[in-house]
Amino acid sequence: MKVIVDQHKCVASGQCVLTAPEVFDQREEDGIVVLLTETPPEHLMDDVRQAATLCPAQAIWLAEQEKQEDKE
Amino acid sequence: MSTISAPGTDVPPAEVPDYPMTRAAGCPFDPPPALHTLQAEAPISRVRLWDGTTPWLVTRYEDVRALLADPRIGSDGTHPHYPHESPAAKERRRQSRTFITVDDPEHARLRRMVTAAFSIKHVEALRPAIQKIVDDLIDAVLAGPGPVDLVQAFALPVPSLVICALLGVPYADHDFFQTNSRILVRSTTTPEQARAATQLLLDYLDRLIGEKLTHPTDDLLSTVAERVRAGELSRREAAGMGMLLLIAGHETTANMIALGTLALLQHPDQLARVSASDDPKLIASAVEELLRYLTIVHSGRRRVAREDIEIGGVTIRAGEGVVLANDIGNRDPAAFPDPGRLDVDRNPRHHVAFGFGVHQCLGQPLARVELQVVYSTLYRRIPTLRLAVGLDRIPFKHDGTVYGVYELPVTW
Repeated sequence: MKVIVDQHKCVASGQCVLTAPEVFDQREEDGIVVLLTETPPEHLMDDVRQAATLCPAQAIWLAEQEKQEDKE
Repeated sequence: MSTISAPGTDVPPAEVPDYPMTRAAGCPFDPPPALHTLQAEAPISRVRLWDGTTPWLVTRYEDVRALLADPRIGSDGTHPHYPHESPAAKERRRQSRTFITVDDPEHARLRRMVTAAFSIKHVEALRPAIQKIVDDLIDAVLAGPGPVDLVQAFALPVPSLVICALLGVPYADHDFFQTNSRILVRSTTTPEQARAATQLLLDYLDRLIGEKLTHPTDDLLSTVAERVRAGELSRREAAGMGMLLLIAGHETTANMIALGTLALLQHPDQLARVSASDDPKLIASAVEELLRYLTIVHSGRRRVAREDIEIGGVTIRAGEGVVLANDIGNRDPAAFPDPGRLDVDRNPRHHVAFGFGVHQCLGQPLARVELQVVYSTLYRRIPTLRLAVGLDRIPFKHDGTVYGVYELPVTW
């Protein structure tokens, strides 16, 4: 499963870094999301899913969700 | 204007309840009972505001969250149907336009000028300094006789000292900016009082921005001043941004410290969990739970529909005002089992106390660290902390756009 972030939508709330610091970081200059790994290990996937849910700007999603959105 | 029918004004007056509503006597931590009824029976329905307008009030958690994240909902504070909290709030928004009351892409452009200072890394780096501020203030309290007013002695100074250091505002001016902030967040403030307080604060921040332009220092106002120098921001916008950060940076956190302490004192089993714990995870969970349980921004998030929106069997028309009641949303049993119970082990990170969507609180990482330091230190260092008066003698901020207590007399 692939993690996707949208730096254009990100509002730098930091929720993802608090939830899954192994997967998400923030740019030094403006706090915008940086993806550390597109394919996190399985044991981190619950945290990644929570990060996607908590993201206020809906700037994080998993590849399987992307397919669903495309169908709409 | 009376001949033009604004959206929603065709609703018979008698059927539309006034908003905000009143909390039940003896239940200072709980949202008004009428909000529970609306959530159960009419989760998206019209309410009547102070100016007679009848925006939609949204009370269920899922709807609040969905609409706050909906790009068809806007935050333009100058829109004629924007549902202002009070005459004072309307006047303040007219006088000073900031990123919280404009829409994207302008919102993103302005917000990103200051987001770096609130990144997780940056606020974590402030933790030792915040710990020292908290420890020093507790030392001062313990050195004197009780009772003391915890608001003046502790709850207000902690976030004020922190935001002053972050922004580069002299703390010596705290009486000035706290007094004027307090005027602006009180719903009973007249437009004239709001205008005067806003102007005083804008002039003050403008003076500081001017100083930072000539003598930049390592602080956030200097960063903002740099944007002025680069021609990306006017002096007035810069002062407005500084004012927003200064007010938001101390007013809300101060209320969470004082009201959170009172809530814990009234729930001794929960207080015991917090004061006995040295587990950062439990403390972090307690912070999230108190944010949810108290939801001090209790007058809802204010928005305007930019397009027609179908939701929950209701059509919100383009141009209609919408109030997202995050306080009752955070007490929705569909999202939080047994929502009326304060449970510091709950870790309800999906709460909407900081709002949701692109306008979600910019300062939330800082607020979290401040509250974690306070809650993990205050009750451990003063284990016998208790109210010096009865709960019925505590003056609550029923008239504030931000909820809390005006005074909290404590002893130990």
